Amino acid sequence: MTRRPVVLILLTAAAGFLAFDLARSAPLDPYLAPPLFALGSGQAAGGAHCAALPAR
Amino acid sequence: MTDSSQTMPVPPRILPRTAAFGLCALAVLAVAAMAGPRSGALLMIGLGFGLVLEGLRFGFTGPWRRMILQRDASGLVAQMVCLALVAAAAFPMLAAHPGELVGAHAPVGYAMVGGAFVFGACMQIVLGCGSGTLVNAGSGNLVSAIALPFFCLGSFFGAYHLVWWTELGALPVAALTGTGGLALTLVLLASVAGLAMALADPGKRAIPARYWLAAVLLAGLAILHLAVAGQPWGVVYGLGLWVAKGAAALGADLSGSAFWWAPANAERLRESVLTDVTSLTDLGLIAGAALAAFWRDGLTGRIADHPARAWVAVVIAGFLLGYSSRLAFGCNIGAFFSGISTGSLHGWAWFAAAFTGSWYGIQLRPLLGLEARR
Repeated sequence: MTRRPVVLILLTAAAGFLAFDLARSAPLDPYLAPPLFALGSGQAAGGAHCAALPAR
Repeated sequence: MTDSSQTMPVPPRILPRTAAFGLCALAVLAVAAMAGPRSGALLMIGLGFGLVLEGLRFGFTGPWRRMILQRDASGLVAQMVCLALVAAAAFPMLAAHPGELVGAHAPVGYAMVGGAFVFGACMQIVLGCGSGTLVNAGSGNLVSAIALPFFCLGSFFGAYHLVWWTELGALPVAALTGTGGLALTLVLLASVAGLAMALADPGKRAIPARYWLAAVLLAGLAILHLAVAGQPWGVVYGLGLWVAKGAAALGADLSGSAFWWAPANAERLRESVLTDVTSLTDLGLIAGAALAAFWRDGLTGRIADHPARAWVAVVIAGFLLGYSSRLAFGCNIGAFFSGISTGSLHGWAWFAAAFTGSWYGIQLRPLLGLEARR
């Protein structure tokens, strides 16, 4: 077997997950989206990162 | 009229290659149109990470393995160069824009160090770290493609239990900051590079040109990521989030987890992954690696056979990669790459523990049937 079917299955699974996510999540609104750069935006960083530990 | 097919031979596979690049560009534009310019930019940065890592064959697991097995310091030194470049930009950025930008700062603790040790061992077993597993899966490596869903599961459960593990004992968060912090970080990075050079085989000290190029490109992308996202590059948060979304859709009650019920994470569960920083760069990493591998050989490489026990090991190691990286506050990217380059002490503790774990993982790999016994 070559690598091609592995990649096709993976990309199909990713596309399926995105479709599921878009159907279940809050609707997207590009007009309420944050600015392109956080740097200089005046907005606080989100905090959803591998290093973030939630306060109890 | 001249027959162009005779005078200008068409390079093989130019159409599929152009179409693949076009699809990626279209995906970036579509995400920007749907979720805003920042989301489109983050997907593009993720694609860049994937293209650089796969296209230039640069990574984290392989260089550590070559340092341990062959005394080849080239990849490890290139990593130190890359981290130094990111730190040189990230330290002043963080100092000048507190609040807008945050570093990958986390506490050093028992579970953190233990998690990094286990991660280091498992990344050598599957020959893929956090970024490496995504890149390898994206380029059609079956071992990584099998490990990836279990990596995601492990990341979800590790995050679920993270607060409990951390309460076993952890120091306050400690981070180097300012000019003094940057100077100390650069000295430490130079010391690691110097030690690696001193221990290396004399013929294996030269850094190939592609490593220099990869280090510079990765550093540029990581700095851009910090400016766009407001946080450093990470990988494993997004993987756990994908499973958490699936679990919530199946009716699982996540309110019992102090982690998933925290406001920032509960918001991520409600919103689309197209607004989540790590999810976007993770998806970009996979697609970028697929694009680079497709460009190179059309994904025609053969997949290696392994005995059944090797596949069982891949599944278990994949799960442990995810679980341990959450306890360690990140993988080679979130903790090692981003932690050290933004001054976090936990990045250095992660490096020491994971490098030690890597030595054991390398010894285990032949025993598990993933390579011939040495």
